Amino acid sequence: MNGREAVLSRVRQSLGVTGKEESRRREVAERLADVPRGVIPARGQLPDEERIALFMKQADKALATIERVPSAELVPEAIAMYLRSKNLPAELKRGEDPRLAALPWERAPQLAISTGPTGGRDLVGVSHAGAGVAETGTIVMLSGPENPSTLNFLPDYHIVVLSAGDITGDYETAFDKVRAQYGAGVMPRTVNFITGPSRSGDIEQKLLLGAHGPRSLHILVVG
Amino acid sequence: MHLTSPQFKSNVDHALHDAQLQKALGNVRAGFIDKRAKAAAALPEFEALRDNARDIKDHTLAHLDLYLEAYEKRVTESGGHVHFAETAKDACAIISSICKSVGAKTVTKGKSMIAEEIGLNDFLEADGLTTVETDLGEYIIQLRHEGPSHIIAPAVHLNKEQVEADFRRVHKDLPGDRDLSEPASLLSEARAVLREKFLAADVGITGANFLIAETGTSVIVTNEGNGDLTQILPKVHIVIASVEKITPTLNDASQILRLLARSATGQDMSVYTTFSTGPRRPGDVDGPEQYHVVILDNGRSSMLGTEFEDMLRCIRCGACMNHCPIYHSVGGHAYGWVYPGPMGAVLTPTLVGVDKSGHLPNASTFCGRCESVCPMRIPLPKMMRHWREREFERNLSPATVRWGLSVWSFFARRPKLYQFSTGLAMRALGAFGRAKGRFSFLPLAGGWTKYRDFPAPEGATFQQQWKAKRGAA
Repeated sequence: MNGREAVLSRVRQSLGVTGKEESRRREVAERLADVPRGVIPARGQLPDEERIALFMKQADKALATIERVPSAELVPEAIAMYLRSKNLPAELKRGEDPRLAALPWERAPQLAISTGPTGGRDLVGVSHAGAGVAETGTIVMLSGPENPSTLNFLPDYHIVVLSAGDITGDYETAFDKVRAQYGAGVMPRTVNFITGPSRSGDIEQKLLLGAHGPRSLHILVVG
Repeated sequence: MHLTSPQFKSNVDHALHDAQLQKALGNVRAGFIDKRAKAAAALPEFEALRDNARDIKDHTLAHLDLYLEAYEKRVTESGGHVHFAETAKDACAIISSICKSVGAKTVTKGKSMIAEEIGLNDFLEADGLTTVETDLGEYIIQLRHEGPSHIIAPAVHLNKEQVEADFRRVHKDLPGDRDLSEPASLLSEARAVLREKFLAADVGITGANFLIAETGTSVIVTNEGNGDLTQILPKVHIVIASVEKITPTLNDASQILRLLARSATGQDMSVYTTFSTGPRRPGDVDGPEQYHVVILDNGRSSMLGTEFEDMLRCIRCGACMNHCPIYHSVGGHAYGWVYPGPMGAVLTPTLVGVDKSGHLPNASTFCGRCESVCPMRIPLPKMMRHWREREFERNLSPATVRWGLSVWSFFARRPKLYQFSTGLAMRALGAFGRAKGRFSFLPLAGGWTKYRDFPAPEGATFQQQWKAKRGAA
């Protein structure tokens, strides 16, 4: 008997079932199809503007920095300003996400921009979020050819562009968006929920930022 | 990890006299309790989420065979491979053969309690592979050749001076006069050293907090980002997880995620919650080329349908040990295996046998704090009692305990005699102890009076007082 059969038959023996019971199979199939939402915190169930404000407040609590940019055209200048305020070189690497590619980068001509994944030599990475979650100030990153996951982790500074309209109240609604985009039961290779910059408390339980991932997370909420 | 649970008593003795350990344990008492309380209080739905999380897991366990099949199907559809392992040895062998199939030399690892349980590092090292732990705490204890002393803070038993000494001993190519006096400089050094290891690794191994049947997804939760660098940089990602990590849907996992970080560290959400599904897709510019999931049983299926089934709801947040007066006093290593604290006192006897770990379920004051903070509402004290019963039934408890219990049961079954003798004993002890109000030595109670005085009784027995009170009411 192989490992698979052995484990499954032992589970069935302990449960006293055969695995063929119609009612059990139906119950499982229904839960997987209906994806019940459970208890949703009231905190995030707000009108648009208040939900965006909650997102910004919670991201700040998680030690990210956040700024609101009224329109997408202003993003390149906002990024250039941020780099200057941190005394960083005007260089960045970004994915080829069409929402980033369409930005008027010529408005910040001092920025030296390269695209693609990072091998760890880039100080600043810029990504576009798939969604934001207001209840905890969490950004949701969806991997793909134009959105490399390495940009989320290897650069010291991670700058994330998030459309205000993509901010949901709760994780469950963010997953609804993923299901709508990829189909039921299908996920991108990597979905990263990110809540603040990397940290560790492993030495004497003292919180320190910048463990292995970015030391700073800067979120630009657009619109 | 070498099992020292049978020597629990001498482990405890050692721990109580270890000044460094006692200093470090102060961080547990000070660090975790208030943060969890504040985080839980700030979410009005916290108690309702606990109820729902319990129900989700109970439903999943009752249908575990079917959810395992559904999960496996989705992983396969997304291009990944699922391997089932009955035992620790099977799991190690599967992982080792995957590593060999790609000619791997170096393996990076995200923090995984299952990898500790199955002794994965030793197995792989014996097969000629170099394993590198990448969670800061795990990295430190790997340098010291120790096991974890806490399930989410593996190096919580250490002080910064000890970490500094280890870094100086191991990172020999760095300047000897560098300043490592602050935790920040230690972290920064580990970051630089481990960054090179991440980039050089052939295989990355992580655990999983959830395996999601809806989508065939494995989920890891970290604050450092080490688990992510472990799994997106090498060409092979292997997930090792036990059967009960199966969770039906992304929404079900979201419910439990709201409890996990709040119960563990008092954060609303951990920094990185990562959902991984299959290998790199066509057109992807990064991510692993192969994705394997090893699902371990190792005795868990035999807990289903027994009084220990509730333990399979555990999400490894560590709240039970953070709130345990025994853990606060002796730390995690005294428990003698990978799982310490109340959850370890229940789980260890299942996995290694109560004959070897019977001391653990006895190391409890039954104060009930563990159950009161458990996000999954696991009745830990009740299950420790079950183990004590089994130990007694199997004649494993020490002779003195059995003798004491039989003396007590002789009196307890004769209420008149019991009341008479306790009344007599109270009067005698009260008379002898009146002068000082306490005893610094008592026959048969040397284990108590060695460390603290025994208060002298000041009046009647509890039953006498109770009777008087009810008569008065």
